[in-house]
Amino acid sequence: MKDFAALFSRIDESTKTSVKTAALADYFATATPKDRLWTIALFTGRRPKRTITATRLRIWAAEVAGLPDWLFEESYSIVGDLAETIALVLPPANLDVDQPLEYWINYIKFLSALDDDARKKGILAAWDSLPGTERFLFTKLLTGGFRIGVSAKLITRALAQSTGQPEPQLTHKLMGNWTPDTATWETLIEANDPTADQSRPYPFYLAHQLDGFDALGDPADWSAERKWDGIRGQLIVRGGTHHLWSRGEDLMTDRFPELAQLTDYLPDGTVIDGEILAFTDETPLSFNALQKRIGRKTVPKKLLIEAPVIVMAYDLLEHAGKDIRNATLKDRRAILETLVADVPKTAPLRLSTSLPFQTWDDLANARDQSRALHAEGLMLKRRDSPYLAGRKRGDWWKWKIDPLTIDAVMIYAQAGHGRRANLFTDYTFAVRDGNDLVPFTKAYSGLTDAEFGEITAWVRKNTLQRFGPVRQVPAHHVFEIAFEGIQASPRHKSGVALRFPRMLRWRRDKPMDQANTLDDLKEMLATYG
Amino acid sequence: MADVLTFTDRGIYCPAGDFYIDPWKPVDRALITHAHSDHARPGMGRYLATKGTAPVMRHRLGDIQLQTINYGEKRKIGDAEVSFHPAGHVPGSAQIRIAVKGEIWVVSGDYKTVADGLSEPFEPVPCHAFITECTFGMPIFKWTPEDVLTQQINDWWAANAAAGKTSILGAYALGKAQRLLTTVNPDTGPILTHGAIEATNTVLRGQGITLPDTTLVTPDITHKTHPGALVLATPSALGTTWARRFGPTSTAFASGWMALRGVRRRRAADRGFIVSDHADWDGLNAAIKATGATKIFATHGYTSVFQRWLRDEGYDAHIVTTDYQGDEAEE
Repeated sequence: MKDFAALFSRIDESTKTSVKTAALADYFATATPKDRLWTIALFTGRRPKRTITATRLRIWAAEVAGLPDWLFEESYSIVGDLAETIALVLPPANLDVDQPLEYWINYIKFLSALDDDARKKGILAAWDSLPGTERFLFTKLLTGGFRIGVSAKLITRALAQSTGQPEPQLTHKLMGNWTPDTATWETLIEANDPTADQSRPYPFYLAHQLDGFDALGDPADWSAERKWDGIRGQLIVRGGTHHLWSRGEDLMTDRFPELAQLTDYLPDGTVIDGEILAFTDETPLSFNALQKRIGRKTVPKKLLIEAPVIVMAYDLLEHAGKDIRNATLKDRRAILETLVADVPKTAPLRLSTSLPFQTWDDLANARDQSRALHAEGLMLKRRDSPYLAGRKRGDWWKWKIDPLTIDAVMIYAQAGHGRRANLFTDYTFAVRDGNDLVPFTKAYSGLTDAEFGEITAWVRKNTLQRFGPVRQVPAHHVFEIAFEGIQASPRHKSGVALRFPRMLRWRRDKPMDQANTLDDLKEMLATYG
Repeated sequence: MADVLTFTDRGIYCPAGDFYIDPWKPVDRALITHAHSDHARPGMGRYLATKGTAPVMRHRLGDIQLQTINYGEKRKIGDAEVSFHPAGHVPGSAQIRIAVKGEIWVVSGDYKTVADGLSEPFEPVPCHAFITECTFGMPIFKWTPEDVLTQQINDWWAANAAAGKTSILGAYALGKAQRLLTTVNPDTGPILTHGAIEATNTVLRGQGITLPDTTLVTPDITHKTHPGALVLATPSALGTTWARRFGPTSTAFASGWMALRGVRRRRAADRGFIVSDHADWDGLNAAIKATGATKIFATHGYTSVFQRWLRDEGYDAHIVTTDYQGDEAEE
């Protein structure tokens, strides 16, 4: 695994895309086909089946390192990554074994067939055979999730360099639910039939936030629609069955069983890009309603009635088994409209209608209604544009509404983990209530590194009290908190829960007594909740 | 028995001798463990420090009233007997031992237990109470062995020089920079230094410490005049216009925080070398054990976790709030 560890280090140490791409291309040129395939799988979020629980790994690692459980947990909270924590706290390895990546993956698979004692022995032996980075990577294989600053785009670019195939074609080949156990280098990369896998989705086309109308030209060239506030998804109907993929390439088919009936109405060889929305009486419900459905693998009947979902169709990517992404939006939408028209209203499919407009001002008015309609804003799409892969500028723009904001006082700070291990970056905020302060949200993002550095120095000097890792600080600094939604929450002292709170700016100009109040917050709940 | 030291808002105070150790607010009499700016501050009436610490203090604090003392030398101040002992942190750094009526307390200042080839090596001092730093008081911090570290840095420099790149290494101006200077292979190429580091080099050379030849970076020095150079710079100089003169570069940081992948990534340097002038987890624990002390005060770093760990281990452990940031806090 030394070659894989070297690849990992080269990628991890660099911030330059050219260096990362070169490291990958070098690796693809020398590694075995199986190791190459595993590397692609790992870097695109596919990992071997988890055979040992994280809890067991924690206990075993703490035991070998001679640490009490609580201290292992404290270490983990600073490092922010279980595999890295384990690799750091263990004593140095006594052996230095070099086997291919595939060997260690098979080693892990083999362990799954054994009883608990034998598994523990196997893991401990591996930890003692692998130095530094290799030990970290082996443990990462056990715990999953290889997020190492390599995007699928970068993998594709490196693959394109070493295979000579065009990038978009490779992007498509790498999508869907293949694993190195079901695919070979030959079938996945070399073979030329991207539809061989019936469930394979197309890469999603994503938009940048609109930064002005000047570059858009004539409004007549553009189509506008609502940017619905649900889960972006791709519905695939092929071979009499259906699959539903999220934008993050999660297979969500079983979470939304009511969509199965669409196979009765949509012809085989249909792929729709749309938004999964909770929807009743021809009206989208708020994201809060859909949230209850997320994360549930099986859905109780009650929830199916309370928060039924539909696919709000934006676009058509495949028709009659043919990839039509290169057709114009206008042509794709024309077919989509006839398809949706053939589906009865009792079925969970609707067309996301185009908004009529003459001028950009008309659109601004439409955008102002977004929040009332449970939409996030508008989408602008050029009528003659193809359906591209990934986030691209030019033909598609999102025009989101401004977030809700409130000025709040920082009252607690906690050190971050991972990249922010020695900085205070996680804050708790309060609103004023008479002479009291009522905490209502936490936020971690939105400030610059320089601002985080400044606040960290301030927190170190102004700690009033410590509660474990949390420091209470004087109510002094005011921040403008932005958020996407608000809902009532009996679990929180303030009675509200915010969606996606973050710091918009540090209000150095505002004294603490000018921060917003609990009444202000309650008013927002009444208006937008 | 009364406490030998108390903890005040000016600093660590000894009532029996009426003096402070590393105070952060003006006092009449200050005993200083080492010359880093969070421990040796301006504005004190009188200072006492080791012979090895004095020159840098004078360089940084100007005209101060400063007495010096040898390691191991016993001196009576009021009813207290004080002595200074090597802390291994930077050249001249000391732990301060205070004995009052047979009760012995030791203030560690900052320290490390491994020999760095430059600072006087750490010496355990038996005591009843030990006031310790714990900048890296978590079991995730274990330093790279000195020989492996030297190899890593030399390999990195040699590879860069071969590829026509300047190597820029970020390190703290007092201690870390000179320690690295003594470990790198000067045959690889020229060694250039940032002003803050070269100023400290001059002071240290003046007190008889041997360092390899270095050249201060002046406006006429670039990668063309000094190809394949190693540039030692303060961490804050990396990524500035000052660093741009060196053409194609590879940057690295030398810090204990480089043990964490997340921090390495945040610093966005090409390399991170895990090296610190503070004790790592094993070093802290070994040092505390070697003092034989039962009462421990943790001053700065991961104090709450470290206190709990020490209590689990049977020590009477406490946290003291101080103004010491630890020179690595912001690195």
